Amino acid sequence: MIDEHLIVKVGMADLNVAHTEGLIRTTGLGSCVGVTLFDPKLKVAGLAHVMLPSSEIAREGALNIAKYADTAVPELVRRMNELGVVTSRLVAKMAGGSQMFAFSGSGDSMRIGPRNVESCKLALSELGIPLIAEDTGGNYGRTIELDCVTGILFIRSVQMGIKEL
Amino acid sequence: MDLFKNFAEFKMDVLKEVGNIGAGNAATALSRLLDKPIDMAVPKVQMLPFEAIAERVGGAEKVVLAVFFRVEGDTPGNLFFILSPEAAKKLLHRLAGIQVEDEDQFSEMEWSALSEIGNILAGSYISSLADFTSLAMTPTVPALALDMAGAILGYGLLQFGEMGDSALLIDTTFIEGQHEVEGQFFLIPDPESFAKIFAALGVPLQDD
Repeated sequence: MIDEHLIVKVGMADLNVAHTEGLIRTTGLGSCVGVTLFDPKLKVAGLAHVMLPSSEIAREGALNIAKYADTAVPELVRRMNELGVVTSRLVAKMAGGSQMFAFSGSGDSMRIGPRNVESCKLALSELGIPLIAEDTGGNYGRTIELDCVTGILFIRSVQMGIKEL
Repeated sequence: MDLFKNFAEFKMDVLKEVGNIGAGNAATALSRLLDKPIDMAVPKVQMLPFEAIAERVGGAEKVVLAVFFRVEGDTPGNLFFILSPEAAKKLLHRLAGIQVEDEDQFSEMEWSALSEIGNILAGSYISSLADFTSLAMTPTVPALALDMAGAILGYGLLQFGEMGDSALLIDTTFIEGQHEVEGQFFLIPDPESFAKIFAALGVPLQDD
């Protein structure tokens, strides 16, 4: 078991980085997407818990850049660059973006999960970061943990158990 | 979120009353269904950071059974009826005489019964609010999920997400006599709905 203090926790609409040892984790991803970045050479891991696809719809005064796909991904890269990570070495994995409730209606908020996934992919490709694995969609919640030594992403869900990417 | 920073104490009291009336009527409906007295806790109305909302039901990873309704009409919002899986099984047994077959799984029959119970309770919650405020409000058909609380409740926070990192939650717990069945109603009106709710109840939006 890994000591609790080696786990970096990332909340909803939040992002953080971890390095050298331990895990970085976010819990209860539904329509939100957990985007992880990893530098295999420096063993630096980053995770953003993205809630909404685009900051263009934001009506808040002080923008929380960790909340939106288009702002969270560049910010996460910037934070990792500060730790000496070269962007071209980064690889991405992501999970989440499900549709928790099936409705006959198809309002915008109904498709929020898939839209979050699309936006995260776009933000990654704009920065030239390859997406090497993903576990997205479905209708269930996920808790994810990235091991910042191996870069393995563990995905836990109620129905599916534990999956490794 | 400046709109909510300025909510005076008495406005929170008005929202508590909203929770009281809605959940009170739902509790009465449940009490009739069960033919048992149902107690209700004083509603909690608070502006809470997103993280803290899932804490109200035991944390983001806690597995809960939730019946979700989108409220449509003059004052749109999200309504959740949340039970622990154990409480849901007990409720099914009491109400429909359904024998518990599997503790962790819900059969199609159980699923459909829960959805109907949710429908009755949400119907009384919302229609009593609509009567009280003379506003048009209708719940959509129920959607059920048995999953992590964080994943479920996150869905109800999207409208607030565009405005900030916290949401105004009207939380009411009800308890059956011997604490066997305990459930929670979470009403999260859309940010735009508050002005209409206050106007309908004759509360000025601006604090003087």
